[in-house]
Amino acid sequence: MKSGLWTVLGLTLLAGSLSAAPARAGDPEQICDVPANLLSTESSLSKVAEAVRSGQPLNVLVVGSRSSTIPSFEASAYPAKLQAALKESLPSTTVNLSVEAQSAKTAEDMAAGFVKLVEAKRHTLVVWQTGTVDAIRSIDPDDFRNALDAGITALQQAGTNVVLVNLQYSPRTESMISGSPYLDNMRVSAQEHDVPLFDRFAIMHHWNDAGDFDLFSSAHGVELAKRVHACLGRALSKFVIDAAHLGPAQQN
Amino acid sequence: MTSIADPISGTQLADAKDASGAVAAAPAITMPATSERELRLDLFRGLALWLIFIDHLPTNILTWLTIRNYGFSDATEIFIFISGYTAAFVYGRAMLQAGFVVATARILRRVWQIYVAHVFLFTIFLAEISYVATRFENPLYTEEMGIMDFLKQPDVTIVQALLLRFRPVNMDVLPLYIVLMLFLPLILWLMKWRTDVTLALSAGLYVLTWHFDLYLSAYPNGVWAFNPFAWQLLFVFGAWCALGGARRMSRILASPITLWICIAYLFAAFLVTLSWYLPQLGHIVPRRIEQWMYPINKTDLDALRFAHFLALAAITVRVLPRDWPGLKSPWLRPLILCGQHSLEIFCLGVFLAFAGHFILAEVSGSAGMHFLVSVTGIVIMCAMAWVISWYKHSADKGAARYKSPGGNADLAGGAV
Repeated sequence: MKSGLWTVLGLTLLAGSLSAAPARAGDPEQICDVPANLLSTESSLSKVAEAVRSGQPLNVLVVGSRSSTIPSFEASAYPAKLQAALKESLPSTTVNLSVEAQSAKTAEDMAAGFVKLVEAKRHTLVVWQTGTVDAIRSIDPDDFRNALDAGITALQQAGTNVVLVNLQYSPRTESMISGSPYLDNMRVSAQEHDVPLFDRFAIMHHWNDAGDFDLFSSAHGVELAKRVHACLGRALSKFVIDAAHLGPAQQN
Repeated sequence: MTSIADPISGTQLADAKDASGAVAAAPAITMPATSERELRLDLFRGLALWLIFIDHLPTNILTWLTIRNYGFSDATEIFIFISGYTAAFVYGRAMLQAGFVVATARILRRVWQIYVAHVFLFTIFLAEISYVATRFENPLYTEEMGIMDFLKQPDVTIVQALLLRFRPVNMDVLPLYIVLMLFLPLILWLMKWRTDVTLALSAGLYVLTWHFDLYLSAYPNGVWAFNPFAWQLLFVFGAWCALGGARRMSRILASPITLWICIAYLFAAFLVTLSWYLPQLGHIVPRRIEQWMYPINKTDLDALRFAHFLALAAITVRVLPRDWPGLKSPWLRPLILCGQHSLEIFCLGVFLAFAGHFILAEVSGSAGMHFLVSVTGIVIMCAMAWVISWYKHSADKGAARYKSPGGNADLAGGAV
């Protein structure tokens, strides 16, 4: 399924490369454009828009597993970069961001803790990154789907907006981890609950194909991880702002 | 009339039936007397093998030639259906001629071969994953490296693999096939009694599977990626077609109404598939249909997938007559050869996919390399099929045996 995406994408890229909006801000040395269609969503983030328009602080919580961090370089991981990019784009808004990294936790494990997690503090937006641990452990896709539904429902009932972040594109382990059932279920679940899905998998796949990053390589140290996370953070920021329909007027 | 039924429209082996002590009333199955191969089966099984190989590689330009991008079903359906068809064709004949015990013995030998092939592939997988585990260190993917954790307890993992409960990615088809073949004696025995009742029982099991959520558990979590309780329907349907069902369906297959229903369904499936890749087209699928339709479950052979395969098959037998001269063309020869030795070529394909991943990771992951790996893999598969075929016909001690028209496994593509 994901395969066809790339071919179709290739064609749309040919046509759309002129209009594709780059998700780039600062850091001129790293080119990591994201085609506009990978950052478009029909779902909207009304609470985020409300907070920004009324001058409230934007409280963001990132819940994820280990791929939401870079071990011992937290400040370079995508959540920190997301916060920086949001601040840059929304200079008049206070952006608070906290990270709840739960390594080796499945979607079900995480969803179980949501009620408590959201109660503690009033969040405007919860970014939920999941799927990888479930894929590694080959959790029954139906159970995964139920966990997604339960988690999203709990968050929405607590009055926060939700953004789902799916798996990383990891070519090196593609022959060992079967990600597609989890990617599919996340897409369907997002659609059903009207929640924006940040397609990290497709975006990283695009960067790899376009030659921005060589994700196949095993020789890189922490630098590659830092650069990828910086690009992910910026792209996610743009995605959030677009999904909240915050035009340039609100951004100033 | 162009239907898949044609190959088995030979005279009925009524004598053989009586001899084997079948119920005297209306013969339930009819076997072909003709010894001519059904090249269309070989052709499409070869095609399925190529597509499975390409789908197992990382995505590349060739991936979008595979049928799963244009509808619900994919190469697995073709493979399992044709396997059921040929297995019933070969062993059904053995059952009529030599009796239940001998046929069962032959089937069990085949099951053993498939099992050994599966274990062989698992060994290669272990080698690959162990290599990656020791060489690969990328902070970006610390989480994904968790997949290596099973190496920490090989005592459990390897035993679970031998029990078919632990199956790495891309190694799900052979265990399904082993289970289906294990039940083939029972299926054939029932079919000898009443073909239609057997198919009805199979459909009944399929319905029960969906109703009661029957499954086989896997290690360490989850279920078999291809649920045998559900996928048996396609296998039994293949057997049913081989044993006379297809001929009885020929009138339905030849009707223009069927044709138009199939075309309409395939077109609708194509539109739905398109909406997965182009989110802008999301609105063409009404929300109500979307809610009813998703998820399209591959594990349990979703009825939408089954229907999609049926529609494809119905159109194929119509467009491609049995005596289509192209089947003899040298251009299709490689595909047909691959289809004729499907177990060997399937295993080789899985191995080549592993090797392809490895080359892409170690040498270069460029698009050109992807293309090269895919094409080289297919060329190797064809060359191997040619070598195996040469062994069978010229080099083996029993080569002459295969030239005789008596129903042997080779006749129907090694019964895989």
